[in-house]
Amino acid sequence: MAEHPKTIEIEVLRYHPEKDKTPHTQVFEVPFTDDMSVLQGVQYIKDYLDGSLSFRWSCRMAICGSCGMMINGIPSLSCQTFLRDYYPARVRVEALAHFPIERDLVIGMEGFIDKLESIQPYIIPKEPRTPAQGEYLQTPEQLAQYEQFSSCINCLLCYAACPQFGLNPSFIGPAATALLHRYNVDSRDGGKAERMELINSEEGVFNCTAVGYCSEVCPKHVDPANAVNQNKTNSAADYFLRFLSPKGGAK
Amino acid sequence: MNKRRPYVRPMDGWWRKNPYFVEYMIHEGTALFVAAYAAVLLIGLLRLAQGEAAWTAWLATLQGSWAILFHLLALVAISYHTYTWFKIMPRTMPPVIVGGKKLAGWVITAGGLAAAAAASLALLALVWGMAR
Repeated sequence: MAEHPKTIEIEVLRYHPEKDKTPHTQVFEVPFTDDMSVLQGVQYIKDYLDGSLSFRWSCRMAICGSCGMMINGIPSLSCQTFLRDYYPARVRVEALAHFPIERDLVIGMEGFIDKLESIQPYIIPKEPRTPAQGEYLQTPEQLAQYEQFSSCINCLLCYAACPQFGLNPSFIGPAATALLHRYNVDSRDGGKAERMELINSEEGVFNCTAVGYCSEVCPKHVDPANAVNQNKTNSAADYFLRFLSPKGGAK
Repeated sequence: MNKRRPYVRPMDGWWRKNPYFVEYMIHEGTALFVAAYAAVLLIGLLRLAQGEAAWTAWLATLQGSWAILFHLLALVAISYHTYTWFKIMPRTMPPVIVGGKKLAGWVITAGGLAAAAAASLALLALVWGMAR
């Protein structure tokens, strides 16, 4: 057995910004063992076959959210996708869909970082507090309101699953909206009015047509589609209630 | 000099690239049958308002083989639309808390489908009773 190790073909979408006009595929023959993740396969290529292959990774255990790739067309974390599930067929690996490719499997994520900043992903206190007032108290019910949405690891699989983001990259998108919602429904937070302006905007939730694939591919069961769609209701309420509110509202 | 030259992939034919998107497009497409059937019913109402002769003529048109074929197609399309509608429904709703616990998605889907089936059967029974 030792003289005939099993191998698997990994087809990688390559793009070198200084040499290539468009991306092209390259196939590598990689030694296969049934405990190997796709990430390990790609690491083998970099270590032994072609050191120029670029990709992001860090934790190897679905915590850091760095190693997202399209694996046979499905947005996946390559560290928790296993080659044995494809063997002996060839596996196709590509940079996350709907994002610009910087090089090989590395995508440009500035757009997402800007969105993440814009949602103000931190608690905005309702009124100034001093340490002397002690800690915030929160009931398990209040925690349950936002807990699932706080599990996001910013892996961007949901964006690669969202055709509306692909068609209109200015859409705030699933993860940023899920995080926005996470803070809006936190009992300690007072920033909802500011964040609703984003929800209501041209870049906001009404870009979503409820495809729902974002929640299917989420490795952390955040259910971003739920956050986006709950905020359609919130946005509609925000719009109609301003007619009843003496101060007015939406800008 | 900046060597960055990000490549943006085209979105042409995006919905053919994943079976999930194909299913989504079929779901969206079947909404046209829902709209078409609403139009059929509205025309019926219009014909009823125009008097007995118009109404009878409309009923006769509905008994034609093309009309029956359309109804069969619409039944299939609208059934599929109903199924996929309730399948996505748990993702579009605020959490439903029952006994301190969040109701599972499949319960909402099953509840919606059961309600749709019950409403359809009730309507069928009502119309059947009136026609007899």
